[in-house]
Amino acid sequence: MDLLIPEVGLVVFQTIAFLLLMFLLGKFAWKPVMAAIKEREQFIDDSLNKAELANQEMARLAAQNEDLMKQARAERDEILKEAKKLKDNIVNEAKTSAQTEGAKLIEKARIEIENQKKAALAELKGQVSTLSLDIAERVLRSQLDDKAKQQDLVNSLLKDVELN
Amino acid sequence: MDCSHVFEFKFNRLIVVFTLFSMFLLVSLGAKAQVDTLHKVEETHGETAEKKKFEIGKFALHHIADSHSWHVIGETYIGLPIVLFADGKVVTFNDNDFNHDNDAKVVVEKDGQRFVKMHEKIYFASATANEHGQYVELNEKHHPENKRPLDFSLTKNTCTLLLSVVLLLVVFISVGNSYKKRHGKSPKGLQSWVEPIILFVRDDIAKPNLGHKYERFMPYLLTVFFFIWFNNMLGLVPFLPGGANLTGNIAVTMVLAVITFLVTVFNGNKHYWKHIFWMPGVPVPMKIFLMPLELIGIFTKPIALMIRLFANITAGHILVLSLICLIFVFNSIWVSAASIPFAIFIGGIELMVAFIQAFIFTILSALFIGMAVEEHH
Repeated sequence: MDLLIPEVGLVVFQTIAFLLLMFLLGKFAWKPVMAAIKEREQFIDDSLNKAELANQEMARLAAQNEDLMKQARAERDEILKEAKKLKDNIVNEAKTSAQTEGAKLIEKARIEIENQKKAALAELKGQVSTLSLDIAERVLRSQLDDKAKQQDLVNSLLKDVELN
Repeated sequence: MDCSHVFEFKFNRLIVVFTLFSMFLLVSLGAKAQVDTLHKVEETHGETAEKKKFEIGKFALHHIADSHSWHVIGETYIGLPIVLFADGKVVTFNDNDFNHDNDAKVVVEKDGQRFVKMHEKIYFASATANEHGQYVELNEKHHPENKRPLDFSLTKNTCTLLLSVVLLLVVFISVGNSYKKRHGKSPKGLQSWVEPIILFVRDDIAKPNLGHKYERFMPYLLTVFFFIWFNNMLGLVPFLPGGANLTGNIAVTMVLAVITFLVTVFNGNKHYWKHIFWMPGVPVPMKIFLMPLELIGIFTKPIALMIRLFANITAGHILVLSLICLIFVFNSIWVSAASIPFAIFIGGIELMVAFIQAFIFTILSALFIGMAVEEHH
């Protein structure tokens, strides 16, 4: 039965010792320990979150890169297509312009030839008329001398004319 | 609640520690019991044959009770200082002055006052001795009827208490410092041994019972857990630094239970008190009927805490002692073949009980506090 009766001395010592222990441990042990554990857990959580975010960011960047590549490829194709079109246009234009230019030159040459021909004909006509006048003059002169001779002259002149 | 991981953790080391511990237990306890028996035989020589019998109950109770001296080995005792508060005066002397008397036969005179010691308790001595030479007046149950001075002696339990406080301070302040020193790093050494247990207390004891308010009560829960656990373990060590039955002492468990009680009462919110004095959701006659029951419940909870720890630890000690004592009861060395393996087995169980009782005290404290601070919706 003595076991069940608390001794006053031990009650007092236990109360003082335990409260002191709790105070000292609370101040110098539990506070830093709990704070450190909490901080570390927070750090681990943060790190995991950050890693997750980084993963997501990377996936996002990869997707973005893919998109950019696609876009770039499409743009390149577009540019090539346009360039080809432009080239074709230029070639066609060049062709048509060359054709028209050629045609123009030919026309010009033709006109020149025509003009030259006309000029030549005009000159010929002039010469013919001079010659004709010359002949007529000579005929007229010979007629004045001798009849036979005049005749010969006319003949020979005619012959010359024919030769010309 | 799953706490098996705590036992798996370093289980092999536990086995080693326990084996060493059992060896010491057998050597030390065996020697002690033998010496005591010899004493009994010497003392009772010439008295009736019945009295010569080894009294197992007395022996066990003597060992689990508090003492003014500390047994080292064989016949060597350390006398502890006695501090008395008698008639408004502080009287101090050493237990050695009683000359190992525990039967009120030796009177110590100090500062004009006379004291005797009987069954490890100090009494004011009677003027004359009775027929057995004892300076006390015994009643029919052989209990002294003399008055007692207020006893603030440094008894075996008080010394163990101070020792355990120092031990706890050294261990946990060094752990706290290493947390400061190794800021943000992984735990190492003592830190990594203590941290899983602190986390166990926080995650499996405090958080489920106290919810988000757990942080306020962590210092108390951690201190009470480690105090009980360390002292349970110290109590299992049979030689000098240990051997006291501190957590199996009703004064110690009473103080711990009272602290839990006070924490519960002072943190109780209005819902808690309403549930006690005017239970919501039941008819008025029922409210009146429940009020005294709930009121009693406030006190039975800490009383149960007090008795549970006291009884478990005391019972464990008595069991181990009794098994060892069987050898002396039957007075035959052959009994040891059975009683020693049994004592080792019980010792192993006691190691688990040391942890489990610390755990139960802490979790029930957390539960009671949790009931008081719980917010109702």
